[in-house]
Amino acid sequence: MTSFSSDIRPIIGRGPSLIARALFLAAISIALMVADHRYQYLDSVHQGMSVFVYPVQWVADLPSRITHWIYDTFEDRERLRTENEALTAALRDANLNLQTLAALNEENRRLRELNEAVANVTDKHMIARIMRVDLDPLRHRVLLNRGQVDGVYKGQAVLDTHGIFGQITQVGRYSSEAIMISDPEHAIPVRINRSGLRTIAEGTGSTDKLNLPFLTSEADIKVGDLLIASGLGGIFPAGYPVAEISRIERSPSETFAMVEAKPLALLDRDYEVMLIWYQPAEMETFTDPNRKASPASATKPRKPS
Amino acid sequence: MSQDRIGVLRILWTSAVALLLTIAPLPTALNVARPDWILLLLIYWTLNAPLRAGLSYAWLCGLLMDALVGDMLGEHALAFVIIIALTQRFQLRLRIFPLLQQAAMVLLLIWLYHFLIYIIGGIAGEHISSWLRWLPVLVSALLWPVLVSILDTVNRLSK
Repeated sequence: MTSFSSDIRPIIGRGPSLIARALFLAAISIALMVADHRYQYLDSVHQGMSVFVYPVQWVADLPSRITHWIYDTFEDRERLRTENEALTAALRDANLNLQTLAALNEENRRLRELNEAVANVTDKHMIARIMRVDLDPLRHRVLLNRGQVDGVYKGQAVLDTHGIFGQITQVGRYSSEAIMISDPEHAIPVRINRSGLRTIAEGTGSTDKLNLPFLTSEADIKVGDLLIASGLGGIFPAGYPVAEISRIERSPSETFAMVEAKPLALLDRDYEVMLIWYQPAEMETFTDPNRKASPASATKPRKPS
Repeated sequence: MSQDRIGVLRILWTSAVALLLTIAPLPTALNVARPDWILLLLIYWTLNAPLRAGLSYAWLCGLLMDALVGDMLGEHALAFVIIIALTQRFQLRLRIFPLLQQAAMVLLLIWLYHFLIYIIGGIAGEHISSWLRWLPVLVSALLWPVLVSILDTVNRLSK
């Protein structure tokens, strides 16, 4: 590899110097970063770039798809039969629970109608496959095989059958990137199901641990308490399970307790997840019950007080 | 002239392979130690075909990296441009170094790259400070002699 003849740059007419060109490209890069990170102007550019990158992702994902296909095709009958039986049993149980739930749901709807608050409604959902592609190992991001063409949008909630999985951070044309709730940069507003206490659960960078930094030592929490999404922030559907409190450490000298929770979604084992489209309950729809007496006030533009 | 022998096509397909290796699924333990294939390749081509694979090519590859694994556009592009500019500046010296000394310089360059990414991430508000993030530096430097021998073989065979 060491032959001197290969540096044949002409002495005259080299164009701009190395440093000038490097500075120019660096300046463009910095401008791009600022536009992208601070102002989020570049969503369409991201989508454009994703088309170039998609073939690479597709090829990298291919071996896992092939093994899955082989596994599905040649799975032996006995296992399929037992799995079928187990699924039928699970479905029966689920249906049974659903019957009681339907009654509760109906009651809930009536109560909510009384209250004139709009319930969270899941309009539509879609199954997305997690592509077996490695992104940054220290961040908890995954690539899903659904993109803009399927109607995926930035900030969309991603669930699995056990709990909340994460949300969409980057939408490509045919694929999209999701951040898991366990990513150290992710935080999700939650409510403790038993006591109704609202707080925030942050990711820690480990898939079996969330951190709840804002609970005081006197807060009403117990190990095993269920954390559900509070719906504040409008990204996650309220009431969907998130995690279970796994460890509490109260020290009398500290204001805040050290609380850890274990996510319910199978963050490191999921193969398929669910994307949902839903109408979050809007804060504005809440109206004063006293105001309802006079229908005219609803049509009249209210003066800002 | 060796410049003409190193066709654009060869640079393109090796880059595609490097991109693939960047995201190919690996067990978690290996994933953390994944070498920076693209940057190693860019350094190699900058040393061996400086007219074909220069700064602009490094910048484009950086943008692709950003689209592939990055958070914001421009992050890897900026780091690549700085590293490749340094490589090009010292190209004539670097290419006559013995392989081990070259690997040491590559270690420095890759460390600088990771440091840049760390700083940029810090400014953008990320805070991953696990020591594991420096592991690829060592692995990349160790792989440099292997990569050079493979690519030299490829170059010789496709004369």
